[in-house]
Amino acid sequence: MAFPQVAPVETPQIEESPSDDRPWVTIVWDDPVNLMSYVTWVFQKLFGYSHDKAEQLMMDVHNKGRAVVSTGARERMEMDASQLHGYGLWATVDRA
Amino acid sequence: MFRRNGRQCVATFAIDEVRVLRKVAGEVVGLLTDAFEHGDPVVDRLFPDIYPERPDDSAEFRRYTEGDLKTGKIDQAGAILAALPDDGPGEVRLDAETAEAWLRAINDARLAMGTRLDIQADTDLGEELDDAVLHDPASSRVFQLSVYAYLGYLQESLLNALPEID
Repeated sequence: MAFPQVAPVETPQIEESPSDDRPWVTIVWDDPVNLMSYVTWVFQKLFGYSHDKAEQLMMDVHNKGRAVVSTGARERMEMDASQLHGYGLWATVDRA
Repeated sequence: MFRRNGRQCVATFAIDEVRVLRKVAGEVVGLLTDAFEHGDPVVDRLFPDIYPERPDDSAEFRRYTEGDLKTGKIDQAGAILAALPDDGPGEVRLDAETAEAWLRAINDARLAMGTRLDIQADTDLGEELDDAVLHDPASSRVFQLSVYAYLGYLQESLLNALPEID
């Protein structure tokens, strides 16, 4: 496929701004030290998840190497990640 | 090891356990105060980059949050020191709030030791300890691995002794 030979049009730069309403996610990564029971407890404690849901999430982290633990506005995800760091979990924030 | 007693988590520690716990909690406080340095693998593990692909955003976030995070970690290590007998065997009784601080602080200590000991997902702690004992039973690695294993059991016992989360 060819493009017509015309002067290149400047592509408008789309700035990533906080008003962008695509959600963000908090990701917890697997690590070799944290106990499985502790990680489950942290998910219950911090997110109010049931034991079953928290345990499933912990198993996702363990088996897949990472799992999304919360979704929402960027500031909210940053707060979640920071709290997870307080508990010693390895958490990062990214776009959904 | 901890057990439940009413609304409290209770443990009776021998003098060696008290000394080890004081030592590891003190080391965590030292790491977070005088010895605090980015680039130290333990500090990097305790304070991970929130945006691994965006160093500038990570740094900015760190500027606003690291102080509080550090204070929280120092306080939780302090909760261990405050609840332990000064120097001698004794009983420790923790309410739910203090038990949580202990859990978090034990975890920080395990993360610090696990990072220094290069614990990996497939590390067999028993095998690792046997090897270290064969190599030199009086080595610091034998001591560190034993303490690391002990802290894992202690943390698990405290998790099991916690009142159910409502």
